[in-house]
Amino acid sequence: MSGQVGPLLPEIILLVGAVATLLTGSFLPRPRQWVARIIAVAALIAAAAAAVIGLAASPVQVYDLTYTIDVPTGVARLVVMTATLLVIGLGVDELAGNSRESETYTLLLLGALGTVVLSGAADLLVLAVGFLLASIPLYALIGMIRTPAAAEAAMKTYLLGALLGILLLLGVVLLGGVGDSTRYTELTAGLPAAPTGVVAVAAVAVLGGLMFKAGAVPGHFWVPDAAQGAGGTAAAFVTTVPKVGALVAVYRLVETVPDTTHLRLLVAVIAALSMTLGNLAAFWQDDPRRMLGWSTVSQAGYLLIPVAAAGRSDLALPSLLVYLAGYAVSNVTAFAVTAALPRFRTLADYRGLAAGRPWLAGALLVSLLSLVGTPPTAVFVGKLSIFTAGWDGGLGWLVVLAVLNSVASLFYYLRWIVPSLRRGAPDSGPLAYRPCPWATTTAIVGGTAVVGVGLTAGLILALAS
Amino acid sequence: MLSVLVFLPLLAAVILAVVKMPDAAAKVGWLVLSGLELLMVALIWTRYQTPPPGEMAFAQREPWLPGVGSSYSVGLDGLSLPLIVLTVVVFAACAVYAWREQHRPRAQAALFCFLQSMCLGVFAAQDLVVFFVFFDLSIVGMYFAILGWGHGQAARSALKFFLYTFLGSLVLLLGFIGLYVAADPHTFDMAELTRQAPLRDSGWIGGLVLAAVVIGLAIKTPTVPFHTWLPPAHTDAPAIGSAVLAGVLLKLGTYGFVRIAMPMLPQAWQAWTWVIITVGIVSVLYGALVALAQSNLKRMIAYTSVNHMGYIVLAVGAAGVVTADTTTRQIAVIGAVTQMVSHGLITAALFLLAGVLHERRGSYQIADYGGLAGPAPRYAGLLAVAAFASLGIPAFSGFIAEFQVFTGSIGAAPVTALALPGILIVAALFLRALQQLLTGTTRGKSPDFLDVRTSETLAVAPLLLASLVIGLLPRFLLDVIEPASRVVVDLVSR
Repeated sequence: MSGQVGPLLPEIILLVGAVATLLTGSFLPRPRQWVARIIAVAALIAAAAAAVIGLAASPVQVYDLTYTIDVPTGVARLVVMTATLLVIGLGVDELAGNSRESETYTLLLLGALGTVVLSGAADLLVLAVGFLLASIPLYALIGMIRTPAAAEAAMKTYLLGALLGILLLLGVVLLGGVGDSTRYTELTAGLPAAPTGVVAVAAVAVLGGLMFKAGAVPGHFWVPDAAQGAGGTAAAFVTTVPKVGALVAVYRLVETVPDTTHLRLLVAVIAALSMTLGNLAAFWQDDPRRMLGWSTVSQAGYLLIPVAAAGRSDLALPSLLVYLAGYAVSNVTAFAVTAALPRFRTLADYRGLAAGRPWLAGALLVSLLSLVGTPPTAVFVGKLSIFTAGWDGGLGWLVVLAVLNSVASLFYYLRWIVPSLRRGAPDSGPLAYRPCPWATTTAIVGGTAVVGVGLTAGLILALAS
Repeated sequence: MLSVLVFLPLLAAVILAVVKMPDAAAKVGWLVLSGLELLMVALIWTRYQTPPPGEMAFAQREPWLPGVGSSYSVGLDGLSLPLIVLTVVVFAACAVYAWREQHRPRAQAALFCFLQSMCLGVFAAQDLVVFFVFFDLSIVGMYFAILGWGHGQAARSALKFFLYTFLGSLVLLLGFIGLYVAADPHTFDMAELTRQAPLRDSGWIGGLVLAAVVIGLAIKTPTVPFHTWLPPAHTDAPAIGSAVLAGVLLKLGTYGFVRIAMPMLPQAWQAWTWVIITVGIVSVLYGALVALAQSNLKRMIAYTSVNHMGYIVLAVGAAGVVTADTTTRQIAVIGAVTQMVSHGLITAALFLLAGVLHERRGSYQIADYGGLAGPAPRYAGLLAVAAFASLGIPAFSGFIAEFQVFTGSIGAAPVTALALPGILIVAALFLRALQQLLTGTTRGKSPDFLDVRTSETLAVAPLLLASLVIGLLPRFLLDVIEPASRVVVDLVSR
């Protein structure tokens, strides 16, 4: 299977699309930058189509067993492409005619490519490449709008990314050294014989880097700042898409490293810390974007439950993929609502939304209830299945903690929902203000998808198991 | 047929929510839907035949989440059919009562149609995930009903209600997952789980799973000590919200005991039955005593609900005493299910009547009124009938229910006789409230009190009439409940 191009078609399309978008954008006058947008969207759709075809084929490992194309990679590809398409949709109002429009699309495509590579990596070196490819575009994206807050967020993200990235490289080197290979297939055989202490330290280092990408403790510090300070497009992207690749990569790592390192237990502890810290910090936030940022930290915690149950429950992998799909669409939808109303920067601003903009309020309601895990929305099936996988994998305590956290999270999501349902003053608030059309449409499409994914999640589960 | 019954209100809710129409049209639409549902449920009742043990009438099963062993599965038996009928009747009464609603009537009609769909879904569900989906959404719907149409500190009460019962529903989900993981092969199917009773020989794990299921259901029921969300929710909810909350939503909890906890975890239920009985006795006495101390009519009715739900818990607890005679325990279960129906009808009527007070004068304080029988004789009559029915006077359904509850429970576990004073206290507090509200000189907010309107009479009277019919001619109901109760007692005795 070495050297084949066909299975890598989605990744190649993304790369070519990114280059084409950049070149087209460079030669087009500012009013006609929409051509670059169309190229980016076309590349994403083509890559998604190629991913669907890839999903139908049987799993393969290409390029000397360094890259796996199986169901997790396939689902991750589709989720990443769909989420990126939605992100571009919600960003049109912000970006159209902007001096950096085509550059933003290029960075989005490259970031998406990096995340896909992370999810498919079956070799530590490919993992490192994927990490860098998924990280570097983010720094630029976050700082793109060049406000002081964005600059601070970009700096914070960069410093943390650099630190944890070096840690990841160190871990890669150590694991490769003691395991006599960087390929997962050979590491599975080689690592049990290696000194457990070294393997454990190295695995923790790699895990640290991936936690930065997943936005989980201890690599979470950049998330709320980026969600609040960056532009709406960048905020939606960086809090959603990188998680997909990172979590699939962690899952593969946990399955590769021998049990003697107790990496699963560490993942479970990180999951517990992430969900609890994210929720506690989100409680009294007044900026909806910052609140969403903290909520994604807690979501990363839930997402780590099936990872901690990897190999201990048949449901671990399917539940992770279903949760990722549900989370991505719900989170992007919630961000789309904030992008439709960019001037609303406190929760109180949303007062009267339901009366003035019922569809937008509906999208907000559906996406937030989905993040809580209310049926029949997308995350409900995710939560049901990760709880089941966790319990099945012997992590009853973590599931109980996750339940308590879910109840607590309801409180702060309601702090956003309730004002939006109240009657607002007619001369200010949503009635006096026209929401951005593209972002509104994206929010409504996303809200529909949240319910749609919830009702058809059986298909994803069946596909993944 | 059953799925149509369940999802037709949901369809109506979507139409009412999306299509812009005049308020009057929305109200008529809601009434038409209620009429259709009544017709359908009547048809189902006439065509219903007791299914053999382990099977369901009107069963339907479609694949939904094969990956986690869950399917869309619904069906009816003698436990769920009476509650389905109760749900349709109570919601129809609410539709009639809401005829004079001024505040966003279209949204209210949509919300209550949605709620009706969810409640019917819980009673019809034959799969734990389906059960949970409807159970959870009923909470969401009720939250918005209290938030949007409540009064007083509605936002606060609604939040407390939501957080508390949401916690309950997730604890319940934990219990469901415990059952799923223990089953072999893994499944959420109720019939299969009932057949397997998967945690039969697992000792303390079975106890933990039962604890999760029972606590989840007890919060919803609610029993002491998980009842604290109920009084504020009722006090600040709109009249029809309270009627649905007390009449239907509380039954979701008690129904779960007979449908899930007892048949699926028989050994754990037997082992912990004394805890259930104790909780039942305490709920009966505590609910009655606290109700006695209330000066707010709605809070008082809310606490009598804790008392009335206590009888049900007591009876299902007594049904787990396997050393006792089987027939006695069957009578206890029959009494429990009858009490669910009876309490639903009577308490819904009481809350609608309490709503009339608030609608006219903005107060539920008993001391604000006096001598209402003078200006509002028909109101006084209805309230008196409802109060007497609720305190369990013969000829009404409450008597049949409580008589069977105590006959069965005391036979199986004589200690339950401790709960008997509860009946006495409830009788005393209702008589006292009637005396203060209706008799004496017309004073306080009572002068010129407008008597019940036609829509209010048409909403309340059928509920009380149904209670009377069950009280006088209970056979038609008991014939449905009896076979199912026998099955439950057999299952819990394994």
